[in-house]
Amino acid sequence: YTILFWGNKVVHKDQFYLSERQVFGRIQTVTLIPGDGIGPEISTAVMKIFEAAKAPIQWEERNVTAIKGPGGRWMIPPEAKESMNKNKIGLKGPLKTPIAAGHPSMNLLLRKTFDLYANVRPCVSIEGYKTPYTDVDLVTIRENTEGEYSGIEHLIVDGVVQSIKLITEDASRRIAEYAFEYARNNQRTSVTAVHKANIMRMSDGLFLRKCREVAENFKDVKFTEMYLDTVCLNMVQDPSHFDVLVMPNLYGDILSDLCAGLIGGLGVTPSGNIGANGVAIFESVHGTAPDIAGKDLANPTALLLSAVMMLRHMGLHGHAKKIETACFDTIRDEKVLTKDLGGNAKCSEFTADICRRVQDMD
Amino acid sequence: MATLTKVLKPILGSQLGNTAKVFGAAVNSQRGKPTYTGRTIPPPAKYGGRHTVALIPGDGIGPELLNHVRELFRFCCVPVDFEVVHVNSASTREDDINNAIMAIRRNGVALKGNIETNHTMPPNHKSRNNLLRTSLDLYANMMHCQSLPGVHTRHKNIDIIIIRENTEGEYSSLEHESVSGVVESLKIITRNNSLRIADYAFRLARDKGRRRVTAVHKANIMKLGDGLFLQCCKEVASGYPDIEFDSMIVDNTTMQLVSKPHQFDVMLMPNLYGNVVSNVCAGLVGGPGLVPGANYGRDYAVFETATRNTGKSIANRNIANPTAMLLASCLMLDHLKLHDYANMIRGAILTTMNETRLHTVDIGGQGTTSEVVQSIMRIIQSSGPLTTEI
Repeated sequence: YTILFWGNKVVHKDQFYLSERQVFGRIQTVTLIPGDGIGPEISTAVMKIFEAAKAPIQWEERNVTAIKGPGGRWMIPPEAKESMNKNKIGLKGPLKTPIAAGHPSMNLLLRKTFDLYANVRPCVSIEGYKTPYTDVDLVTIRENTEGEYSGIEHLIVDGVVQSIKLITEDASRRIAEYAFEYARNNQRTSVTAVHKANIMRMSDGLFLRKCREVAENFKDVKFTEMYLDTVCLNMVQDPSHFDVLVMPNLYGDILSDLCAGLIGGLGVTPSGNIGANGVAIFESVHGTAPDIAGKDLANPTALLLSAVMMLRHMGLHGHAKKIETACFDTIRDEKVLTKDLGGNAKCSEFTADICRRVQDMD
Repeated sequence: MATLTKVLKPILGSQLGNTAKVFGAAVNSQRGKPTYTGRTIPPPAKYGGRHTVALIPGDGIGPELLNHVRELFRFCCVPVDFEVVHVNSASTREDDINNAIMAIRRNGVALKGNIETNHTMPPNHKSRNNLLRTSLDLYANMMHCQSLPGVHTRHKNIDIIIIRENTEGEYSSLEHESVSGVVESLKIITRNNSLRIADYAFRLARDKGRRRVTAVHKANIMKLGDGLFLQCCKEVASGYPDIEFDSMIVDNTTMQLVSKPHQFDVMLMPNLYGNVVSNVCAGLVGGPGLVPGANYGRDYAVFETATRNTGKSIANRNIANPTAMLLASCLMLDHLKLHDYANMIRGAILTTMNETRLHTVDIGGQGTTSEVVQSIMRIIQSSGPLTTEI
């Protein structure tokens, strides 16, 4: 049990109970939120590939359109909430953010409901999808609840606006602990805190102090600090220097999208959101692409790689490796590629190719 | 017409700051020019045909690079004298930086290296560079990123001008700990400063014949703050119908910059996004050693390297790239209307970079700083004008 427990998987201290469920061969239920636009097609693609790989996953589909709960506050449907709280793991497709619908964005609602405090984005260069950057292998871990996105703004006098950036000790400690545990559990050698403490002395200073304190408990992982501008400068010239990056909300937003751009964009980038109480929702971060919805042209890579990340989180490394290798092989071969990757195959053909490779591996 | 300021100043004392300049839009300063025109300020007075410029060596590679600048100017007989002001970054007293600010007020123009900020000091010890920028109200930071043909980069032929608001935004240094363990940092956006910087950007675009200005923001999240900035940009854009205006969210901007940088022309943004975007662009064209930056205010201009690095790890080893500092000094010469000297030095630098290909370590070469400077001096000497001996 101990070996399974400390093996190659992401385990946060709130998730200890998960180890009892990691018995090999037992089928686990995962909440699936197909989403809007191309969401349903790519979710179907992922389900097919998982079936071909014989992954011990059972899907429970749920819808998350906002409904008005008692008291007039917007919330996600109670079935979806129940399902997530029971299964703890979720996979989500792209959600439409309606303008002028009266309710906040669905992503924001999900984040608040499940206290998804860490956004993890591993960025690895994909062989076969050429970008000017070929040796990217880093992970950005972004604090997802506070920072510059606290939404607290005031109009002081006419023409002067103040926006408040909130940094708290608890949130900073939580994200730092998650970052170091992720590094340890995924064989990462170093964690770099990204900050601008020369200008924002107190706020980023607090964030840094917490990171340093947590680093004391993780002596096997190297800890460095770097200014945001230096990180940007070096990232664009030589991304191979970076390993795990941990940072507050705004810098995380900018840097994670920068890194996604390095490997080829949001269409091939996986992403995971880790919450309190062991909840984890993995998602594709691209948009709903309404112009190609329903035409079998979508690229399921982002959702597939997020699902692979989910498998690793759950400890199913064998299946994760199989599916990931099949996906990368298909892209490297360049014979069956969807339009955004440079080919002209359909989504179903791309999916079928990956399924075939997965089955051939057995 | 200066009566309004004269009346208000003794009443409100030093708190007046910018407001007088805003209220009294018709108020003339000593030189009789409109308010926010950082680019049309006349050059400071010459004495005996020679200009005096404040020089702040700073820390790290600053002193050695500025020595090279002085050497080169002496060699080319440039009619510029330097008033050197040292700022001790380790001292907690603000005397040094106040002396530097006074020197810049005296001379009107400055060339500076980056002053190190020790971020483990308590919050009342403010960043010296930031103090300089806000006291002198250097509201516009202009950086022109151009790919050099002789330098190997992943993207070629990049030509982007980045204009960044330099005084407010996230760099207001207003922070407080309301409850133990909870820190709030204020980001201030004002209408006047946003209008000012937008006007500067559009005027610069028009003067340089640029077609499009892109405003970079995060107004979907910071609706009031960046929303105000965007609104001001749109207002100013309506006054320049010949220039296209569009906007882009900052995370999408960085993604586009690393994949398709050629779609950008002139970029305009508040302080923090400016920091990120300018460093990304500097990285795209070859690194921090190649791009010069300029900070313009209504009455003053300060020139430095664009990415403001101290370069502590490469200090005093003769391996730093002098290009950025030398190009910054050329920008300074242009500002002083000494265009002939500026073009001569710039031409020699570009020849060394592109034809002779004498590169320092940071761009993949083997040359030392002094070798590069010597090469520049040789090229200047061979192209004709009267110089001292090498």
